[in-house]
Amino acid sequence: MADKVIVKNLRKSFGDNEVLKDMSVTIAEGEVVCLIGPSGSGKSTFLRCLNRLEDITAGQVIVDGFEISDQSIDINKVRENIGMVFQHFNLFPHMTVKENIMLAPTELKKMSKADASLKADELLARVGISDKADAYPAQLSGGQKQRVAIARALAMNPDIMLFDEPTSALDPEMVGEVLEVMQELARGGMTMVVVTHEMGFAREVGDRVIFMDGGYIVEQGKPVDVINNPQEPRTIDFLNKVL
Amino acid sequence: MEFLEKVGPYIPRFYSAFWVTLTVAGFALVLATLIGIIVGLITSAKGKSWWLRILKFISYAYIEVIRGTPMLVQILIIYFGIGQILRPIGFTWSAYGGMTTAGIVVVAINAGAYMSEIVRAGIESIDPGQVEAARSLGLTYWKTMKKVILPQAIRTMLPSIINQFIISIKDTSLLSAIGLAELTNISKQAASNLSSQVMAIYCFVALWYFVICFTLSRIAKYLEKRMTYGR
Repeated sequence: MADKVIVKNLRKSFGDNEVLKDMSVTIAEGEVVCLIGPSGSGKSTFLRCLNRLEDITAGQVIVDGFEISDQSIDINKVRENIGMVFQHFNLFPHMTVKENIMLAPTELKKMSKADASLKADELLARVGISDKADAYPAQLSGGQKQRVAIARALAMNPDIMLFDEPTSALDPEMVGEVLEVMQELARGGMTMVVVTHEMGFAREVGDRVIFMDGGYIVEQGKPVDVINNPQEPRTIDFLNKVL
Repeated sequence: MEFLEKVGPYIPRFYSAFWVTLTVAGFALVLATLIGIIVGLITSAKGKSWWLRILKFISYAYIEVIRGTPMLVQILIIYFGIGQILRPIGFTWSAYGGMTTAGIVVVAINAGAYMSEIVRAGIESIDPGQVEAARSLGLTYWKTMKKVILPQAIRTMLPSIINQFIISIKDTSLLSAIGLAELTNISKQAASNLSSQVMAIYCFVALWYFVICFTLSRIAKYLEKRMTYGR
């Protein structure tokens, strides 16, 4: 399998505060990687470096064959192939559900309005909320919002999906419906990088779990190994707290 | 009605003055809105490039100078000052529409400065997550502003924008100082010819302004109510 994401010696600082200290990771096509770790460990920052929502301080990040750490690259073109889902959904409140999904394909001239509309219908069916196509985000529950956000990210037919704590802002009874959609995506062969606190999801759906702390990768491996049988003291300590 | 009898002959002049006021305010406010959007986008932009820093410096200099000086003085500077300074290179206001154009320019520059701050505040009131979501889809900065940020910001900005429109419409009365035949100027002329009707004439002209401004604020309320997006 080809490597979808190659990260070499990535460093990221906010002013004097170095958040990522020399991260190197390779993610294969179709792999589902779950990033776990305490807050402030740098996992969200790492994820945001993968589509350059955060500027890369040093090191190399190659996504989908494009070296996005190179400032001269057309980052917008690369981002078309990287879907991202946020903790707080970030749906566009002034557009209907369907308009949210159709915005990028039509604005970026990837599809005609008619094609984008068909695609939106198909995606809404896939995430199970066809009946909400003409609703505004304010009229949806948290779980529905996040499913729309996933559909919106999928509208550009991305090769990679990034999830930044997609269930952390949800009421407990809505976590399941979102994880289900994500699991379905993983089964379909999508390359996924997921920052999550859902150990159950990491164990069941993840191909690999990466435990981060203090800007480093402390431990990584198969979910069963890392979660059930951690080796590093910091991993053990963290898992004791969350499990 | 003694008032109507005496003021009657002035009605056509009031009517044309009303259109002068409306024309100057209309053109000026369209220009001011454009200035506001451009300068507001500059001052709210994030980035460290040298050209953005220069643009920001110029923008803030403009805003502070306009806010820190009286509009009457700005009118005198632009009409008489600019007129005098540029005369050696052959520029005269009269070649470009005279006082009307000068009036439009002053009101546009003046209102533009306040509009810039309204636009900046409006953009900054939008959750940064909105920009991130749009950018992560591959939208450029400009498309993000046009499709995602400004349409949302307009709702927050609308009351302040209308407020500024109303202020600027009333500010056009200051253009009587350079002799523009707008409402206030005409009423002064009428009042000096009909000194027995001073109170009536000035109240009459105040009513014209009130009608314009009140209509505008009603339209704004209606628009605000329409932009609720399912909330």
